Amino acid sequence: MLMSEEHILRYDGTFDGFLTAVFHVFELKLLTVSFQRPERVQESLFGNTIEIITDLEKADRVWKGIKSKTSGTGSYRVYSSFLSEQAGVEVLLLDYLRQAFKSAIPMDSDFSNATVLKVSQIAKSVGREKHRMEAFVRFRLTNDGIYFATVEPDFDVLPLISKHFKSRYADQKWIIYDIKRGYGLYYDLEKVEVMQLSLPEGFDATKTNRDYFTASELEFQTLWQDYFESTNIKSRKNMKLHVQHVPKRYWKYLSEKLR
Amino acid sequence: MSFERTQEKLKILADAAKYDVSCASSGSKRSNASKGLGDATGMGICHSYTEDGRCVSLLKILLTNYCIFDCAYCVTRKSNDIKRAAFQVQEVVDLTINFYRRNYIEGLFLSSGIFKSADYTMERLVAVAKKLRLEENFNGYIHLKSIPGASDELMKEAGLYADRLSVNIEIPTKEGLKLLAPEKNREDFIKPMVKVKNEIIQYQSERKIIKSTPKFAPAGQSTQMIIGATGESDQQIMWTSNYFYKKFNLKRVYYSGYIPISYDSRLPQIGTDVPMLRENRLYQTDWLMRFYGFEVHEILNNEHQNLDLDVDPKLGWALRNMEHFPIDVNKADKFMVARIPGLGMKSVYKILQARQFRKLNWDHLKRMGVALNRAKYFLVCDSRDFERRDLTSPQLKSIILQNSTSKYQKILSPQLNLFG
Ligand code: SF4
Repeated sequence: MLMSEEHILRYDGTFDGFLTAVFHVFELKLLTVSFQRPERVQESLFGNTIEIITDLEKADRVWKGIKSKTSGTGSYRVYSSFLSEQAGVEVLLLDYLRQAFKSAIPMDSDFSNATVLKVSQIAKSVGREKHRMEAFVRFRLTNDGIYFATVEPDFDVLPLISKHFKSRYADQKWIIYDIKRGYGLYYDLEKVEVMQLSLPEGFDATKTNRDYFTASELEFQTLWQDYFESTNIKSRKNMKLHVQHVPKRYWKYLSEKLR
Repeated sequence: MSFERTQEKLKILADAAKYDVSCASSGSKRSNASKGLGDATGMGICHSYTEDGRCVSLLKILLTNYCIFDCAYCVTRKSNDIKRAAFQVQEVVDLTINFYRRNYIEGLFLSSGIFKSADYTMERLVAVAKKLRLEENFNGYIHLKSIPGASDELMKEAGLYADRLSVNIEIPTKEGLKLLAPEKNREDFIKPMVKVKNEIIQYQSERKIIKSTPKFAPAGQSTQMIIGATGESDQQIMWTSNYFYKKFNLKRVYYSGYIPISYDSRLPQIGTDVPMLRENRLYQTDWLMRFYGFEVHEILNNEHQNLDLDVDPKLGWALRNMEHFPIDVNKADKFMVARIPGLGMKSVYKILQARQFRKLNWDHLKRMGVALNRAKYFLVCDSRDFERRDLTSPQLKSIILQNSTSKYQKILSPQLNLFG
C-alpha cells in the first residue's frame, strides 16, 4: 500500500464510529487521513475512500487505550471535543491520540503543547455549552404529565447533560429534545433513553399551546416572567453584560424572555 | 393557589427582596438519594441573568414585607409608604416546587420583614423549609435569613433544613448602625451567627463518629454589608469582613453598593450613583484574601485606607511593593506567582502544571492563553527578553492604564469576572 496516499475515512458520525476509524488508522499504519461524516459527504477527487463500519469492540479497545494513557480529565476532553462537531476535529484528535500513546507520562496538562492546548480549548467551549444547557433548559408540563423542553445547542451536548438531569429530576418524567439534531432524551422514572419524535404538523416549539400543555403551565410561566421582571434593578441596567451571559440565540426557548 | 393573588404578592415580595445580593447556591452537598426531587451538589447554576447582569439562581423573595422596625436604609421599613403583602407558607412551597420542576431555579432564598416578633417570623421561615424537605422530599437549595434576635432553638431547627443561613450585618460599623437603625443592636446580629457556627462545628464532629447524623446547614453561613451608606472607609469594611470570615467561619461576605431609596437626610440622596466600581474593588479584595493568599492588612491599612478606583487592588499592591518583582514564573512558589498583576488563579495553575514539562518562555505563556499585557512588567521567564527599563511605579501605572481601556466593561460586572 502506498503510505503517502491520503485516505478518507467515511464513518457514521458517532463517537464509536470515530474510535473504530482510529483503530483502522493504527492497524493499517495510515499516515495522512481525513474523516468524513454522513452529513458532510462530498466527492473527493484524490485519495482513497475507506468505509468504516462501526465496531463496538474495536471502539472499546481504543477507548480503553485512551483511558490508560490519559487522566480522567484528558479522556473526557477527547470525548467532549469530539461532540463539538467542528470541521477537522477528528484529525486534531487523532494527532492528540498519536502523541498520547507515545508519551511516557500523561500529557494532558502540558498546555505548552499546541495540540493539547487546542483540544482543551475546544473541550472548554463544549463544556460551556453543556453548562448553558443545564441552565437554560426550560421544562413545560404537557397534558400527558411529561416535563418537556426543546433546545438547539451549538454542539451535540445531550449525551453530556443526561446524568445531571436524571439525578436532579428523578421523580418526574421528562424529555429534552434537540430540535436541530432531531433527537432527544426521555426519562421514564427508571432510565434515560435516546428517542426521536415526529412532531405534529405546524408545531411551534416556542409557543405554549393548550392542545399540548396543561392550563397551569401558562400560569407558572407568567409567574416566572413576573419574577424575572421584579427582581431586576433598573438603576443598574447593563444590557451588554446581560447579553454576554445570555446570548440572544438562546432566547427563543427561555420562558422568561417570551414577553 | 389562586393565581391572581399569588401573582400580586410575588410582584411585591420579589421586588422587596431583590436588594439582597447573595445569589450563591454553590457549596452544598445534598444529593438525591431517595429518588426525590432535586439535588444541590457542587456548583450552583445561574439559570438566567437579570438585565443588570446578576445571576438568577434562586427564587429570592420575602415571606412578608410588613415590618415593625424602621431601619433607614431599608425599603421595607415601617415608615415607608409602600404596598404590603404576606405569603402563606404553602404558597411559597408551591412556587418553589413548580419553579424548580421547570428548571427555572436551584432553590429558594427566603428572607422576611419582622412582623410581630423575631421568633414569630423565624418560626414561619423554618416552617417553609421543613415542609419542603419533609413533605415534598425536596433536595434543592434552601437559604434562610436568620432573623436577628431569634431563639437558639429555632436557629437550630433552621440549620437542619436549610443549606445556608445568613444574618446581614448591613452596616459595617457600630456607629453607622446606631445612626441608621437605632432600635437594633449588633449583639442581636451576632448571636444567631455564633449559634449556627457552634452547631456546624458540633455536627461536623458528630458526623465523624456516626455517619447518619443529619447535615447542619451544609453550605455554611454568609452575610451582607451595605456599602456607601454611612461614609465608612474601605479599610473599615474589609477589616470587618475579615473579622467575620475568621471569627464565624463565614463562607461568603457580600458587598452591596447602596441604592438610594429615600430622602432621609442621614443617607445619600435619591439620584446619587450606586457605587458600583467601588463594590467591584471590594469583591476583588475579598477574592485576594480568600484565594490568593493576601492578608487584609497588606492591601488596606492606616497608610492606605481606601482602594484605588483606577487600578485593581492586586496591581495597586504590586505598584506599592515593587521590590518583590519581577517574579520568575519557572521558580517562584504558587503564592508569589499568584501575586503577579493580571494573572488569575486559572493561569497560575496552568503555569504550575506546564512548567513541570519544560521551562516556560513568552511564547509558551502566550499560547497557554496567559494574559500578558500587564503581567509582562512583573515577571521573568525562560527568555533573555524582559522589561529592562527601570520604571518607577507612577511611570508603570500610566503605561498600564494607557493600554487597558477595554477593561471597563469587566469592571462594571459585579460578578466573578475579576482579574481578567
Ligand atoms: S428589620 Fe429588616 S426588614 Fe425590617 S426595616 Fe430593618 S432591615 Fe428592613
